[in-house]
Amino acid sequence: MAAKERRLILKHVDAPGYTPDIACYRKHGGYEMLKKGLAMGANAIREEVKKSQLRGRGGAGFSTGMKWSFIDPAKVTKPIYLICNADESEPGTFKDRQIIHKDPHQLLEGMILSCFANGVKLAYLYIRCEFTTGWKVLEKAIAEAKAAGFLGKNILNSGYDLEIHVHRGAGAYICGEETGLIESLEGKRAYPRIKPPYFPAVLGLYMCPTIVNNVETLCNVKHIVEMGGDAFAKIGKPNNTGTRILCVSGDVVKPGYYEFECGVLTLGELIHEVCGGIRDGNRIKAVIPGGSSAKVLRAGEIYKFKQKGADGTMVEAQMKLEDIPLDFDSLAAAGSMAGSGGIIVMDHKRDMVECLANIAGFYAHESCGQCTPCREGVLWMKKILARIAEGHGRDADPELLKDVADKIAGRTICAFGEAAAWPVQSFLAKFKEEFNMRIRRNGAAAKKDIVSLIH
Amino acid sequence: MSTPEKHPMNPWNHDVAKDENDLIDVQVDGDWVKMPRGLNVVEVAHRLKKFIPHYCYHPKLSVVGNCRMCLFEMGTPRLGPDRQPVLGKDGKPEIAWIPRPQIGCATGITPGMGIRTDSPLVKDCRNGVMEFLLINHPLDCPICDQAGECKLQEYSVEYGTGGSRFVENKVKKPKNVDLGERIVLDDERCILCSRCVRFSSELTKDNVLGFVNRGSHSTLTAYPGKSFDNDYSLNTVDICPVGALTSKDFRFQMRVWFLKETKGICTSCGTGCNITIGSREGKVYRLTPRENEAVNSQWMCDHGRLNFHYLEDKARLQQPLLRAAGEQFPGPWIDALSRAAEGLKKVKPAEIAVAASARMTNEELYLLKRLVEELGVTQVDTVNRPGQADKFLRSADGNPNTRGAELLGLSQGGRKMVSWGVEIAAGKIKALLVLGGEDVVKAGIPESALAELEILITSAILPNATTRVAHVVLPGAGFAEKTGSMVNFHGRLQRFTRAIPTPGQAREDWMILRDLRETLTGGNSLHSIEDIWKAMSSTVAAFTGLSWAKIGDRGIQLSSATPSSTPAKS
Repeated sequence: MAAKERRLILKHVDAPGYTPDIACYRKHGGYEMLKKGLAMGANAIREEVKKSQLRGRGGAGFSTGMKWSFIDPAKVTKPIYLICNADESEPGTFKDRQIIHKDPHQLLEGMILSCFANGVKLAYLYIRCEFTTGWKVLEKAIAEAKAAGFLGKNILNSGYDLEIHVHRGAGAYICGEETGLIESLEGKRAYPRIKPPYFPAVLGLYMCPTIVNNVETLCNVKHIVEMGGDAFAKIGKPNNTGTRILCVSGDVVKPGYYEFECGVLTLGELIHEVCGGIRDGNRIKAVIPGGSSAKVLRAGEIYKFKQKGADGTMVEAQMKLEDIPLDFDSLAAAGSMAGSGGIIVMDHKRDMVECLANIAGFYAHESCGQCTPCREGVLWMKKILARIAEGHGRDADPELLKDVADKIAGRTICAFGEAAAWPVQSFLAKFKEEFNMRIRRNGAAAKKDIVSLIH
Repeated sequence: MSTPEKHPMNPWNHDVAKDENDLIDVQVDGDWVKMPRGLNVVEVAHRLKKFIPHYCYHPKLSVVGNCRMCLFEMGTPRLGPDRQPVLGKDGKPEIAWIPRPQIGCATGITPGMGIRTDSPLVKDCRNGVMEFLLINHPLDCPICDQAGECKLQEYSVEYGTGGSRFVENKVKKPKNVDLGERIVLDDERCILCSRCVRFSSELTKDNVLGFVNRGSHSTLTAYPGKSFDNDYSLNTVDICPVGALTSKDFRFQMRVWFLKETKGICTSCGTGCNITIGSREGKVYRLTPRENEAVNSQWMCDHGRLNFHYLEDKARLQQPLLRAAGEQFPGPWIDALSRAAEGLKKVKPAEIAVAASARMTNEELYLLKRLVEELGVTQVDTVNRPGQADKFLRSADGNPNTRGAELLGLSQGGRKMVSWGVEIAAGKIKALLVLGGEDVVKAGIPESALAELEILITSAILPNATTRVAHVVLPGAGFAEKTGSMVNFHGRLQRFTRAIPTPGQAREDWMILRDLRETLTGGNSLHSIEDIWKAMSSTVAAFTGLSWAKIGDRGIQLSSATPSSTPAKS
């Protein structure tokens, strides 16, 4: 039987009678942790976050404590900025908007605590342009927090000043890439920066040290302050601590967002028990476990990976797709990633060629165009896939597609290259026969059309 | 290894190490070498006579790393359990290679770094980038002006596959886009390296270029309602690695591989930018900047670059003119020279004035100096030519050789012209020799005064108010048609050589002066530029110890040539 949902971040979200205003938030203990945090002091909060082993919830799963430790507020002479990345735009992901729409003060409290912990005096909340409602909710929440003395000058008489500005994004997926976001915030095109030398912790916003954290990550800071880093680290599994908001979409009976302790339930439990199984009594075919850029996992395949056994030694484990625990390390070991928590489920009636063509279309539309492999390669992949999907595939196309993807991944300025290449690489690797079948079925027609295409 | 000087126009100089003497060990393609710390990998390879291909990287612009052509394989010293580098049999650190390729332009070297510039991975990376750059490129080399000096062509040969696997429709983008007064853009050829964008925003601070649209549809454009026409805009045509930006002046005029390249000096102002003159069959087609960090780095202004079409002016003076019965008639050189000599001999030295030009070369000026001394003439000056200085290269001095004229003692700052007008009218000056195409009418001597002269001799390349009333007109040579040297406003002695012949019977000015002197004084020992230099170096203090050969292609800074007067900062 699957573990029960544990709502930490989403505790009040969708609770009957819970409203996003500050009065309701305070009635439920809101901003008490800010008081606690201010009393603890900045270093203590940083220490607790480090102990909590919290990992970023935006997609990369990087240790938050480590990210913060790159900046030492005692030594830095420039201003330190903190940016909340609320540019949630990974297909299949819809968790941050729930927090913003329904419990904005939780985010603000977590953000204020994080700013305080890192000596930040000016922070930005970069929200996806399309989240018009979220933007208004946040502006209102910030005004409320200011009026109540939780933001602005001399917060709760602690002598600490903080301003948070909401900045609406520039309407592009790449604005969510941390350095693209910084460029966009500076008023430029969201061209991701080259790293090195432009690591945000050193040369971030306005060339000052900058911390960029996801909405869910910042919310977690509030709970770490509340329960302490050690207690937080007991939630979930070692190195995969805390809870995770899972956004399930696709062919399940009950799609939606769920919050579970990291790694306490398996993919199968999530789909079949939590989400009510596959729609229309169909069979599961594939799962993309961490937003559309994560590598696809195929049902029926046996995944081999090393796991820490009970005695601490590494043991090789074999498991089916349904048995993979939902945490950072297990999904990485299975060859994919936990990413942004967007779990896309596909049943046996799904045409994988169409699915991949759809994903490739998204990335071709969103490539920023700065560096060559991504700019040219991603649109090329889209064109090839669209052609195959339209019935004009050629025998050489799967191999060509794979080669194009291989020549993008690892060679671009930012991780968008991988985000666009991984679906292609994994769909081709796991469902090659479907591509070949589609091409064979349309072979005659394709050959004729290609002649006209290449003169 | 010589350290290039930092040019004030350049905020970046990636080809110069912070400290050229702070050397560290790095391994490049298996060999351990010492290179300055922090120098980027593209420059390190360059110094080792290896080449890492690149499009977006330019040593004088900020590093953006967008073309991905300079990907290389990087390694760092392998660390043992004691966190110390593990040494191999050769006593050098063992290298742990990183699977992910890095960009050479943005990677500064660190001690013990391993660099592979030619491994299978690196080749595969370049191969991929080349293919990507060409899939949407129009491949219109036959009608492209960049053909022959195009990095897409060059790297295709070196790093491309030759064939294409692309069977889709190419992306359509704007063509024949008018970016400004002097530049046309073909967006389909553009590889979005952003060199032009960075040049205009970082160097000339004219932030009008940028990209619009996304992904493969990204398009270079000027800001709506603005045009890209600052005085340095044509430098972007030079640094554009492909045929996206073309000069309206040069496009469709000549295939670049037919151009003869001659090292020249721009004579449009006192800066003396080093240039390459591109010519074919006696016609100049374009001027491009030639690198010299002490003068112009790799840049030149559009004004100077385009200031050569007068060389083919239909009105060019192509044969000597002699005035008789109030009209000018063409005549042979021998007649013109003897008429000039006779005219000068008829008057007393004190009645002769010489309007020299700071556009003349040192060699011409020296011959004139000798002539003036031999005749005993004391009234000598040059004509001023105030220029419009900017904060980059343009000098406030519109003459290219003011310093040379000063060093040779032929300039009095142009103050004489107006007083000469009065003296001519009063009959005190009876003969006037005007050289270097100067128009003394424009300089302040009334035309009515010139009519009073017993003899007016002038050498020029184009007719002007002075030539029209002269008794003897000697057709001279334009800057691309002669050999000589000049001293720029900052005291740098620079030389240039003839790129094209003079039209018709026109002659190089130093030859005209040589012949005039021979006609006047008989003997002559100065038959060549080298002869002149031999004489000049022993009599002109500033040129002591110098020779034509010693000037070299990048010139010599003269210590004694400090400005006597300081016009506006140039």
